[in-house]
Amino acid sequence: MSSVKIELRQDQVDKIHSICDLFGNQEGELINVLHKCQETFGYLPAEIQEVISEKIEMPAAKVYGVVTFYSFFTMIPKGKHPISICTGTACYVRGAETVLNEFKKQLEIEVGETDANGLFSLSCLRCVGACGLAPVVQVGDKTYGRVAPDDVKAIIEEYKG
Amino acid sequence: MSLVKLTIDGNRVEVPAGTTIYKAAKELDIDIPILCYMDLKDLNIENKPGGCRICSVEVEGRRNLAPSCSTDVAEGMVVRTNSMRVINARRTVMELILSDHPKDCLSCAKSGNCDLQDMAVKLGVREIPGQEYAEMSTYRLDTSPSIIRDLDKCIMCRRCETMCNDFQTVGALNAVNRGFNAVVAPAFEMNLEHSPCTYCGQCVAVCPTGALTEVDHTGKVIAVLNDPTKTVIVQTAPAVRAALGEEFGMEPGTRVTGQMVTALKQLGFDYVFDTDFAADLTIMEEGTELLGRLKKHLEGDKNVKLPILTSCCPGWVNFFEYNFPDLKDVPSTARSPQQMFGAIAKTYFADKIKVDRRDLVVISIMPCLAKKYECQREEFSVDGNPDVDYSITTRELAHLIKQANMDLNKLEADEFDAPLGESSGAGVIFGATGGVIEAATRTAYELHTGKTLEKVDFEQLRGMEGIRSATVDFDGLDINIGIAHGLGNARKLLDDVRAGKSKYHAIEVMACPGGCIGGGGQPLHHGDASILQARTKAIYEEDEEKTIRKSHENPYIVKLYDEFLGEPLSEKAHELLHTQYFDKRKKIFQV
Repeated sequence: MSSVKIELRQDQVDKIHSICDLFGNQEGELINVLHKCQETFGYLPAEIQEVISEKIEMPAAKVYGVVTFYSFFTMIPKGKHPISICTGTACYVRGAETVLNEFKKQLEIEVGETDANGLFSLSCLRCVGACGLAPVVQVGDKTYGRVAPDDVKAIIEEYKG
Repeated sequence: MSLVKLTIDGNRVEVPAGTTIYKAAKELDIDIPILCYMDLKDLNIENKPGGCRICSVEVEGRRNLAPSCSTDVAEGMVVRTNSMRVINARRTVMELILSDHPKDCLSCAKSGNCDLQDMAVKLGVREIPGQEYAEMSTYRLDTSPSIIRDLDKCIMCRRCETMCNDFQTVGALNAVNRGFNAVVAPAFEMNLEHSPCTYCGQCVAVCPTGALTEVDHTGKVIAVLNDPTKTVIVQTAPAVRAALGEEFGMEPGTRVTGQMVTALKQLGFDYVFDTDFAADLTIMEEGTELLGRLKKHLEGDKNVKLPILTSCCPGWVNFFEYNFPDLKDVPSTARSPQQMFGAIAKTYFADKIKVDRRDLVVISIMPCLAKKYECQREEFSVDGNPDVDYSITTRELAHLIKQANMDLNKLEADEFDAPLGESSGAGVIFGATGGVIEAATRTAYELHTGKTLEKVDFEQLRGMEGIRSATVDFDGLDINIGIAHGLGNARKLLDDVRAGKSKYHAIEVMACPGGCIGGGGQPLHHGDASILQARTKAIYEEDEEKTIRKSHENPYIVKLYDEFLGEPLSEKAHELLHTQYFDKRKKIFQV
């Protein structure tokens, strides 16, 4: 998984420490610690994982192993407007892949990446429970139904202003 | 403990509840094929991720096949380990593993010594269906000073992860990513060089494929042997002679000291010397250092650093530089025997034979991968010329001997050359856990008490327990000795030192299971830990057969001090035989 290089400020390190403390610095609480850190910082760059690793005395390789195992965790900051394309069964058979490819083409990024301006990021999810509207796309909190590849450009434009 | 009765391949067997089907079958001498599973019984290391499914068996009444390595027996169970269904399933599993495995077996470093290759032969794999549309995973090659990672050959057995985390507590390797992209890698998929890796090589020692191998320096050795402008000398570590024979089909524990010397002479080395000589030298320096610290301690000096820690093992040195940098003035400052040998060879011996150090090449044969890194450390070179030029493993030496069309079985025994080839029994036992401290005890006792030991064997310091304690009576003064092999065990003793709770005066640490005899550069044990016991026995037998069994009685050591070094811990000795340690904590992750 690629990552960005950042330098943590002392108050950010303190924040990570306090999250670890919250869960008793227990190895077994790693996933909860990671959840809370991602909620706080938006993503989990290597630098944050290192601080966690030292604080809860667990090899950084192990922390990284967990971060890369679960697709929920990300080492790349999400865009201002995170785009999720449902690739669950219903959406998939109704053409989600062509919609996804159109987003990739328009934004020039792959799934799991964020564009250069930090405006959009792209991810896939499995079923939002709106199969009647397949294929479904979510941008932030807003849901779009029956999306066709031709609609993609207009959706992106909505958020560019 | 309650007993469970079951039937395996028509044979009835009774085993304690909680036993796996695999182990129950062992009771009946049925060897179920295994690939990812590994059980190093004497060392309490078990790897059973239940990942590869090669060990699957049929259990009557159960819908799917059961992985026997991780399925417990149940009362009345009826197991078939060789039904057609099982055989077919095993072959399919193998075909699937091979579909994503490189096919360059002929030139693979593990060829002929590969568990995966052996299993393909055993299961009669002749073709790999679907190969034409099988996706192949690819990953960059990672080369460090000691270890090469070629993850295209990784089958995710995770044995390396078990050794690195559970046994060594190094934590350099872990399974990362998922599905097809899953690999075993350091944090953030950095190269090994930027991880806490100690180069102990235990991952290499258990890797069933060519995914983890040593950096091969045999080509460089052949090149210098063919260079007429170079004088090439070789030193051999004690553990090598106790294991090299295995590469030539000999029983584990066969000693091949003399044949090895012959092979080295025939390979063209100008002088064949012994690292055991330098081990004796280490004892002179380290033993004197121990007595010095003890004396200060007894005089009431509160600042003296005790316990003293041995410093012969480069994997261990890497480990404490990373994990215990705050304690870096606790270990003995004595260099390892490999490096003491190099320093003496390129000064004292180079002068004797009137060869410039740049024209003198020192090769070491080691049971170890960390030695490759150690000899490249900057502090062990003079104006860019290393004291030890190349360090090769027992396995690499076997390759060199085979390439030269020699069979160790057929060679006559020969003797090491003088002066750096003479050693005492104390030097020999450096190869086994407890051996360094026993060697030090033999010398320190006599130097401290001025009396001669009636019996030089300190049985209480020997054994395979991960952590051992013993008290030796130095004529009224009780010396507490701690011994650990395996870095996880060492960590426990070091945590006590850090907390100021250690009761020991001296601690010996060796990174590998059983000490150097179980090193990462030794012939592969393929999961059979009894091989390590056999090698240990060989080491102690060699010691017993020696006329001189105490380092300070080695006449060439005495001569070396007379002619060159003066006395232990002299200024010259400090310059050539001692070192310092560094805080490695900060260097990691900074690429």
